Amino acid sequence: MSQTTILLLGAVGLLGVGLYGLLRLRNLIQIIVALQILAKAAVLALVVAGKASGHVNLGQSLAVTVIVADTVIAVVGLALAVQVRRRLGTLDVRALATLRG
Amino acid sequence: MALAVGLMITAVFCGLQAMKARRLLTAALWLAAVSASVAIALYQLGAPDVAVVELSVGAGLVTILFVFAITIAGDEAMDAPPIIPKWLRWLLVLGVVLALATAVLQPATSHQPLAEASFTAVFWQERGLDILIQIGLIFAGVLGVLNLLTEHDTPPPTPAPQDKPA
Repeated sequence: MSQTTILLLGAVGLLGVGLYGLLRLRNLIQIIVALQILAKAAVLALVVAGKASGHVNLGQSLAVTVIVADTVIAVVGLALAVQVRRRLGTLDVRALATLRG
Repeated sequence: MALAVGLMITAVFCGLQAMKARRLLTAALWLAAVSASVAIALYQLGAPDVAVVELSVGAGLVTILFVFAITIAGDEAMDAPPIIPKWLRWLLVLGVVLALATAVLQPATSHQPLAEASFTAVFWQERGLDILIQIGLIFAGVLGVLNLLTEHDTPPPTPAPQDKPA
């Protein structure tokens, strides 16, 4: 089994962990942690796929773009979680069902 | 080869621990460990630029942001059961993982490395749109941080209006 296959399988494993977390967790901050793990899997898969297909630098530049987007998702998500905590007193996603408007 | 296997096992183990952690701060630290493992794997793969960005931003900046947000929002433990039933969760996750793993293990045609420009040329010249999008995203991130830092005296949530009988 080649290094590329091993790293791609690792990316699939990380994707499974992140997906499981998204389906299982109810805490907003932990959901953002699960999203971050999904993004790590995407970054790894992009670089490995770029190397496997011969477009090494294209895969790397796309991976950097994904890292920046992923960081902004974390920042905005955490800001939303803090505001939800201040307004509703909890981080439970079920509390968002009380939102109106 | 052995290093790649070890790094991937470490990354998946740390990810599982982050999902199982009862305290949010512990989950953030396990996430940083995932990021560090992925960064080492990227370096081994021959992508040092991406590895440095992943290590500094993914394991550094994001962890600090998580710790900061947890300090503000509080470390709230939740014992309530998940919304989605356990059998459905496992069915979905195993289905996706098995499908992707099958696709990965298919024999692939080997590609020769193409003669392409350097990483700097590809990133700054050929991916100009990506750079513009990243600038916009960074501005969105700055606004998010400002929102995180802003203290508002919000009124307590008002109770839901009761339906009056006709």
